Amino acid sequence: MTAAFAARVDAALADPVLKIAVERTAGTAEAKRTLAVDAFPDFEAARTRAAAIKDHVVANLGAYLERFEANATAAGATVHWASTAQEACDIVLALCRQAKAKSVARSKSMLGEEIGLPHALAEAGIERIETDLAEHIIQLAGERPSHIIWPAMHKTREQVSALFKASHHAPHEEETIAAMAESARRHLRDAMLGADVGISGANFLVADTGAVCTVTNEGNAELSLVPPRMHIVTAGIEKIVPSMPHAVHLLRMLSRSATGAPLSQYTTFYTGPRRPGDRDGPAEMHIVLVDNGRTRMRREGLAEMLRCIRCGACMNHCVVFRQIGGHAYGGTYPGPMGAVLTPAIDGLAASRDLPNACTLNGKCQEVCPVRIPLPTLLRGWREKSWREGLEPASVRSGLALWAWFARRPRLYRAATATALKSARLMGGGWLSRLPLAGGWTRHRDMPAPAPKSFMDQYRQGRRR
Amino acid sequence: MPAPDRPRVALFVTCLVDLMRPSIGFASIAALEDAGCEVIVPEAQTCCGQPALNSGDRSTAADIARRTIAALEGHDAVVVPSGSCAATIRVHYPEILEDDPAWFPRAQALAAKTWEVMAYLDEVRGWRPTNVDLPATATYHDSCSGLRELGIKHQPRRLLAAVGGLGLTPLAGAETCCGFGGTFCVKYPAISNAIVGEKAAAIDATGAQLLLAGDLGCLMNMAGKLHRDGSPVRAFHAVEILAGMGDGPAIGETA
Repeated sequence: MTAAFAARVDAALADPVLKIAVERTAGTAEAKRTLAVDAFPDFEAARTRAAAIKDHVVANLGAYLERFEANATAAGATVHWASTAQEACDIVLALCRQAKAKSVARSKSMLGEEIGLPHALAEAGIERIETDLAEHIIQLAGERPSHIIWPAMHKTREQVSALFKASHHAPHEEETIAAMAESARRHLRDAMLGADVGISGANFLVADTGAVCTVTNEGNAELSLVPPRMHIVTAGIEKIVPSMPHAVHLLRMLSRSATGAPLSQYTTFYTGPRRPGDRDGPAEMHIVLVDNGRTRMRREGLAEMLRCIRCGACMNHCVVFRQIGGHAYGGTYPGPMGAVLTPAIDGLAASRDLPNACTLNGKCQEVCPVRIPLPTLLRGWREKSWREGLEPASVRSGLALWAWFARRPRLYRAATATALKSARLMGGGWLSRLPLAGGWTRHRDMPAPAPKSFMDQYRQGRRR
Repeated sequence: MPAPDRPRVALFVTCLVDLMRPSIGFASIAALEDAGCEVIVPEAQTCCGQPALNSGDRSTAADIARRTIAALEGHDAVVVPSGSCAATIRVHYPEILEDDPAWFPRAQALAAKTWEVMAYLDEVRGWRPTNVDLPATATYHDSCSGLRELGIKHQPRRLLAAVGGLGLTPLAGAETCCGFGGTFCVKYPAISNAIVGEKAAAIDATGAQLLLAGDLGCLMNMAGKLHRDGSPVRAFHAVEILAGMGDGPAIGETA
């Protein structure tokens, strides 16, 4: 385990409030998703269809992106192409300067986090108003998102209350969720409506209409994107779907898998800027299509990961995530999907712990609405890490020694017989301390090995 | 091809059962013989190769897979007292040998006749334990590989229902991973401990006397945590109970 990962894990495990916060949200999501899936007629068939839609798009990405560009352009939007995070940020900053923007209202976007947009805006001296309630919370706290749909999942409502009281100009007096939301509304509304530019991500890009879809539960996307004179969208190229019926099918999967709701509170399709006769809307709409390693992922065996619709079900159901929370993963995306994506985005050498810190129990794959074979993809990273010699020498030599014997049954028997013989010196029953197995016995007892192996006893005639 | 009346079944013991708890192997033999099988224990077996497979050492895993295939393939069926080792042979051998034209068909053929022991007893042999009594309350944990890679859920429960006097208490989160994960538990011991701590608490909360499961790795993890925490719950592999060995020492107990 790398020191950096170990430190983050230790900090997470030592934080009792984190555990309470993660359990409240993920536990509720798990229960609600189960009810929603059980109530859905043939959810398994719907998963298969969702996976097929995404596979088709990913296999024909170029054609659909061109169709999207043509239709978005026809609707009056301007489409930009960015192959790296840096290029994407540069395009957004140039547009902000062109709009003479002093402040931007941002509607929560993980792609924005991935490309480092909050940092880039700060560097450029542009005020950033996070309008999603949870993003607002972590902006006040100076933190990064710990979950892809609940960025402030790591905080309890009690912590949020204290934060609001310290930061809001007219904070809540009553300790209720409604009063706290009202406090945030008072704090955010004027700043939001006064922003020069609205920036969002996209949940879907609809190729045959050129529309950009956002889903929120707070209506903050609509409020931050419609009033300003410019709307900038940053979206990963894999967000494309062929047509509205495809978008609608994936929406049904997304909201059920994420929160158990049949649909999010606000689902909006933005097609071009304000048209003549429209009562409102931005004068300009710009859509930045971001690759940032996605075509390389498609080429290098991770095409299935591009099915991901960012619902968060994999992390909500992950035993490791439920213990360590999102920040311990160290990348933009946490949980099983993050353990696949982060090595692709940040490099395997810096993140090789992520695909290894997984029990391969398969629950994430079982709940994934687009059937991503996450354990298989995590194994793929483990193989690459092994091939590239990134695993520690102690692990490599230990495995090599074991494998040498495992290939030679007679020597294996002799070696294990000797090992069992010396293990007998430690006594029978439960062992609470063991040489070479401190990782096990620090936390649990180990049953003593058998006095004689099964194979030896069988050879000597024991049958029952 | 119809199943022969008395199939020749190879027992793949698994390395953990071989070294840690041979009684699971003998219980498997007893149950399989009672179910009308001739049981053979091939000499050339060692380990299915999971440690290499899960560490990313694919070429070593493939090498061990070839040797294991050669050792096991000459039988009507291969039976394994572990969902995860059975899944390695059934699901992962064909994957890791897919680019090896000589071995891929042999991997597929072996995969098609490899079974977790309780799935084989229930689904293939239609067997039920007879005259096995154990007046006790037990709870059952579904080990992940068996559950999700092989569909093992109802088979052990159907078999255990035929044990006289045994009551099964449902375990909250029975399908939640126990945190063992093979090499995971020694590579990331603190995370593993946090996971198994919750599992042990859930097991304790059932009030059952016994914890049963189908995989020794998971059982050692859960039983080791229960014992460290001072819980009175005793742990057995379910096939030991089915073979009438529930009156013997539980995992970690001396005979």
